Amino acid sequence: MNQEVPAVRMKNITKRFGPVLANDRAELTIYRGEILALLGENGSGKTTLMNMLSGIYYPDEGTIEIDGREVVIRSPKDAFALGIGMIHQHFKLVDVLTAAENIILGLEGRLDLRKSTEKIRAICDLYGFELNPEQKIYDMSVSQKQTVEIVKVLYRGADILILDEPTAVLTPQESDRLFAVLRKMRDDGKAIIIITHKMHEVESLSDRVAVLRDGRYICDLPTASTNAQEMTDLMVGHSVTLNIDRPEPVNPRPRIEVKGLTVRNEEGILRLEDVSFTANSGEILGIAGISGSGQKELLEAIAGLQPTESGTITYIEDNGEREELIGKDPLKIAAMGVSLSFVPEDRLGMGLVANMDLTDNMMLRSFRSGHSLFTDRNTPRHVAETVVSELEVSTPGLSTPVRRLSGGNVQKVLVGREITSAPTVLLTAYAVRGLDINSSYTIYDLINRQKKDGVAVIYVGEDLDVLLELADRILVLCGGRVSGIVDGKTATKQEVGLMMTRVGGTANE
Amino acid sequence: MNKDTREPLFHISKRGAVKWYVSWLIRGSAVLLALVVCAVITMLMTGENPIRIYATIINGSFGTPRKIWVLMQNISMLLCVSLAVTPAFRMRFWNIGGEGQALAGCFASAACMILLRDTLPHWAIICCMVVTSIAAGALWGAIPAIFKARWNTNETLFTLMMNYIATQLVAYFCVVWESPKGSGQIGVINSRTEIGWLPVVGGQKYLLNIIIVAVLCVLMYIYLGYSKHGYEIAVVGESERTARYVGIKVDRIIIRTMLLSGGICGLAGLLLVGSTNHTLTTTLVGGRGFTAVMVSWLAKFNPVWMILTSFLIVFLERGAGEISTNFGLNQSFADILTGIILFFIIGSDFFINYRLNFRHAAGKELK
Repeated sequence: MNQEVPAVRMKNITKRFGPVLANDRAELTIYRGEILALLGENGSGKTTLMNMLSGIYYPDEGTIEIDGREVVIRSPKDAFALGIGMIHQHFKLVDVLTAAENIILGLEGRLDLRKSTEKIRAICDLYGFELNPEQKIYDMSVSQKQTVEIVKVLYRGADILILDEPTAVLTPQESDRLFAVLRKMRDDGKAIIIITHKMHEVESLSDRVAVLRDGRYICDLPTASTNAQEMTDLMVGHSVTLNIDRPEPVNPRPRIEVKGLTVRNEEGILRLEDVSFTANSGEILGIAGISGSGQKELLEAIAGLQPTESGTITYIEDNGEREELIGKDPLKIAAMGVSLSFVPEDRLGMGLVANMDLTDNMMLRSFRSGHSLFTDRNTPRHVAETVVSELEVSTPGLSTPVRRLSGGNVQKVLVGREITSAPTVLLTAYAVRGLDINSSYTIYDLINRQKKDGVAVIYVGEDLDVLLELADRILVLCGGRVSGIVDGKTATKQEVGLMMTRVGGTANE
Repeated sequence: MNKDTREPLFHISKRGAVKWYVSWLIRGSAVLLALVVCAVITMLMTGENPIRIYATIINGSFGTPRKIWVLMQNISMLLCVSLAVTPAFRMRFWNIGGEGQALAGCFASAACMILLRDTLPHWAIICCMVVTSIAAGALWGAIPAIFKARWNTNETLFTLMMNYIATQLVAYFCVVWESPKGSGQIGVINSRTEIGWLPVVGGQKYLLNIIIVAVLCVLMYIYLGYSKHGYEIAVVGESERTARYVGIKVDRIIIRTMLLSGGICGLAGLLLVGSTNHTLTTTLVGGRGFTAVMVSWLAKFNPVWMILTSFLIVFLERGAGEISTNFGLNQSFADILTGIILFFIIGSDFFINYRLNFRHAAGKELK
């Protein structure tokens, strides 16, 4: 196979952002008819490299060859002309238009919606996409929107596809369907590059893996001849253990009791309906569900940030005293002596202030302490120092704005701050989203330590493999309702996956 | 390599953190470049020697001790209004109503001087002026803030409109309190008794204003950088969601900060009426409420840098006035020069944040 002319060959690619070397003489080769998994930790330069291939950035040095011919890609338009299409993590679709309208948006030439629709149908039939070209985007699920994005690049004639973490937002069933389509496209002779952090996906889908570390190309090898352990070690640069601990809960007692919780959002749409459960101390309660099934509203309601319609959320102290949390804002909840920590999904937009440095971000929770008119920056600085050294945050210094840190380090800062206050309840939303293996395991470890300290942990996650390994019990949400609560040790992925799509998880529901 | 696969002539990339001296080097060269461009334009359009024009500009500010005092007084008043709008700007609340808030302060001061002059002693009137002018400015600032906090109205439009209300209000009372009768103007208030005039410090008419604003500048620097209030303002400005997440009451911060912002504008009004002008006109604030926006932005909302930027702007204004009288040039020509200089200074920000990478080696190899 290696005798053929590669579809893409990137040679000696270097890209700097100011003093930061994002790519350092990186190499990448991909052939037609194969799926290449691009592996690397956060900040290893995967996305930057792909952005240069798709014309978003321009390399400082190095050359790109397409089918053996040297090319210059100055813009996404150039990339499209060369048949390169990228499907980003965040979809770029117009909500009020139909799938077909979105697909042809921006194309030159005469507008002929009927002809385009036919062509879209033909593409869907060829690869087995399930898509209604006349459906409006706002009516679509996340996975349908992703399908539109993929069809969009195929429609424009792309035969080199780049997918940036495509399964982050999908259920296991949807991921399987996507993989089937990708395999079909590979058999059709397309070159596919997929960026993912999930090892089991790499193993089941890809033909070859290429590993980047610190912006440099490390090696590439056939997937069949390697395994998750070896790939992880290559990415990280040293050996790591890939097991998530699940210590037995010690002396679990009810800590948070939610009963009949119903929440409507600002538009009056029902987001949570009659949700009831109990979270125990010293236990991790996993929450599974397709994204947007009410996870965010549930956590924010407990944290006092989300107005509720009906139901109760009761905090139970160790001595059995009960306190109602509904109708109280975060300050009042803290004033009651309830130490509740919350790691929100939107780290830089909610949990932290992107433009502030580490010290000032540590201060967010504690700046009110004391009667002085002035802020005390010494204590937060010490907290920041502790977090940086204990969680191995890589940062140029404490006065670096957190927006300059990589995703994993941002999350370590946020989680680090939230657990310094010695919480009794820890809420986390997608705590490892976008994090590489190494950082993810650091976070799992931190969460487990909290559990051992008797904290009631509520862990909203998207990777079912992880939820099944980490959580003691899993509550499955489906469209804002509790689909069921299962035991983390005995539940299977298929079972939880079905419950995510249908309340109760049975076919006849 | 054929034509259509040529590397672009240049591409733009973002710089990381830039060392302070690099950014000042870039700003410095921007000012130099601006002066060169101004010189060329001056020669082409007027035939005057640009060196003489620059000398006149400097003369306009530093020519005589009196000119220096006027320069300092103008800087201090502009700085005062700039300091006032800055906390709001840090909160991303675009208060362009500094003009109206300061005018409300002017109005309150003048009202005290006129209405209370026969009933209260001198010192009591001054106390009333201080309290009412700050309260008037604060009220003018708080009204848009309350609407913003409660109903999320657009603060830019609202504060702008409040300017016109203040102007009309003053215009009306200029006629009510006119002196002498029939002139439609107020003239110098209490010119004989000097009731309600702020004391002259150190024998210099403008020194009091300068001292007050200098102290205010230091206080504002500390307030924004080191107080809990300042921290809350910064968090609300950066992300309201983060503020709510940590339990900051965003509505309260918006109203509190605008009370402060408006209050300091009111203080500027007090100084203008009580210390400098002793009269009330609709144009007393003289556009400082708007110029302050530029001063504050150019200094990146840093009160200490604002001393420099307000100096720059007043210096240019005074110089522009000087050349229009000395060379018989139109005032507009001076405005053109000011515009060019500001364009270069603002434009230099681009080069501080971004780097241009020109087509390199590849082109030469072809030859």
